[in-house]
Amino acid sequence: MNPTGWLVIGMGNLHRSDDAAGRWVARQLVADRVPGLLVHECGGELAGLLAAWANAQRVVVVDALQSGARPGTLRRWDPHAQTLPPGRFPCSTHDLGLAEAVDIARVLGQLPPQLVIYGIEGNRFTHGTALSPAVAVAVPRAAHRVRREIERHQA
Amino acid sequence: MSKPSTTRTLKVDALARVEGEGALHVRIRDGRVADVKLKIYEPPRFFEAWLRGRKYTEAPDLTARICGICPIAYQMSACHALEDACGVTVGDPWRALRRLIYCGEWIESHVLHIFLLHAPDFLGYESALHMAKDHGDLVRRALQLKKLGNDLVTLLGGREIHPINVRLGGFYQVPTPAALAPLAERLKWARDEALAAVRLTAQFDFPDFDQDYEFVALRHPDEYPLNEGRLVSNQGLDIAVREYDAHFAEEHLAHSNALHSTRKARRHYCVGPLARYALNFDRLSPLAQAAAQEAGLGPVCRNPFRGIVVRAVETVYACDEALRLIAQYQPPERPYLEVPPRASTGYGCTEAPRGILYHRYRLDERGVILDARIVPPTAQNLKTIEEDLRQFIPSRLDQSDARLTWQCEQAIRNYDPCISCATHFLKLHLERE
Repeated sequence: MNPTGWLVIGMGNLHRSDDAAGRWVARQLVADRVPGLLVHECGGELAGLLAAWANAQRVVVVDALQSGARPGTLRRWDPHAQTLPPGRFPCSTHDLGLAEAVDIARVLGQLPPQLVIYGIEGNRFTHGTALSPAVAVAVPRAAHRVRREIERHQA
Repeated sequence: MSKPSTTRTLKVDALARVEGEGALHVRIRDGRVADVKLKIYEPPRFFEAWLRGRKYTEAPDLTARICGICPIAYQMSACHALEDACGVTVGDPWRALRRLIYCGEWIESHVLHIFLLHAPDFLGYESALHMAKDHGDLVRRALQLKKLGNDLVTLLGGREIHPINVRLGGFYQVPTPAALAPLAERLKWARDEALAAVRLTAQFDFPDFDQDYEFVALRHPDEYPLNEGRLVSNQGLDIAVREYDAHFAEEHLAHSNALHSTRKARRHYCVGPLARYALNFDRLSPLAQAAAQEAGLGPVCRNPFRGIVVRAVETVYACDEALRLIAQYQPPERPYLEVPPRASTGYGCTEAPRGILYHRYRLDERGVILDARIVPPTAQNLKTIEEDLRQFIPSRLDQSDARLTWQCEQAIRNYDPCISCATHFLKLHLERE
């Protein structure tokens, strides 16, 4: 049983440079030892994502973003109130990205009751395991924002 | 008085539901198809050059990065080719485990294509999302089915995308029978779902479009092909995998970053589910054969639009075969066999979900890769896709641009093309003159 009742899912492909930004945020939160927080890493595949948040009530998803903004820029969405921009989350196979996964989950009635999505603008999505400098700086900042998000809901 | 020449142009700037980036250009002049070009503009990734100078043991993991949908196929073809070079034959139980992980990849890849990428075409929806609004239960069950394929790959491969547990000679770690047991229970459910998928897809409305293909696939003496066999065709080809280069050629065309394959001195050919099925119907499990017959397929299917039904039959087979393999599994005493290097050339070909995937490696005595050749299934099907469109369009010229474009896209999706592999997305330009 996790006292905070929050699940954080970090998404991305660890071998596609900044695409893995969400997973690095998940690892940062594990390293920060946030009490009771459940952390899950996900390669970005639709069925895996829906299975990961099945039965979870409160979920934060962190993924890389490719919108043309300055690398390292953080953005936040509440999918229950907002529509995610399609095609902006590059981590996908056969064109089923996070925005599409959220839309399908919504139609299937499988969206967690409380869901927050953070996007970290990436710079480099080529083969490689290293984050680009701006994204590496953004990862601890994103982890801090996620912690504050959870604390705010608990207050 | 002759009619003035007319031009009609259709453009689709993003052909959806395929993997990778490309475009289709169709020029129709005076009511005839003047030109069809499948333009692959996704940049080539030069994997073959990247492999030169690397250790032979690295190839299975490096080539798995070529594709997020079929990494196991790359790992399997690489292992077989390199073991061939080193003179090592890997038998059971490692061989059975290789078939088992390949079944997982077939399940996840076929289910993705059947339900999320291709079924919307037949049910009249723009996408899986639009389809899910009316067919929620179908999509829900499809996702569960796909998840099972993912889990099988994850259990044996260490992770679902770019697995890391496959190595020359076998695996880094092998599962216990107890670890496989829960998957067996889920596979029984999955097999029933796959049978339901055969019945569902068999009811779709298919255009009348039988083609005279040369089918090319592996054929094995005892089993439906996954990892091994001779390369055969319905037009007389029957060769060992090591003879591939003597019979097949790749050509570079100005309009494509992917090479296009042909049979030397012959023409285009077709690989993938239709080819495997036509050349190996007798090797399917009795249950899969019965499902195909109930669906009205017959032992050979020449209509690429019915490929969705064949994929469903192969999904039944993959579940059936996985269950058989799990039931008979005896863990090996050690997870892998040693594969010492030697100066030699090795050849490997396995059946990726989209068709045969050929690898060839030349090694020096220390196992350094001197050169490598990789021919993915989509590159082998590109000419056949173009030819399908040449045959498909003329009888449909009276249709609206929007309708014709939609049908052309569907004809391309018949092949579940993985352009990422072939060059490694697709824009459609239909031009009528």
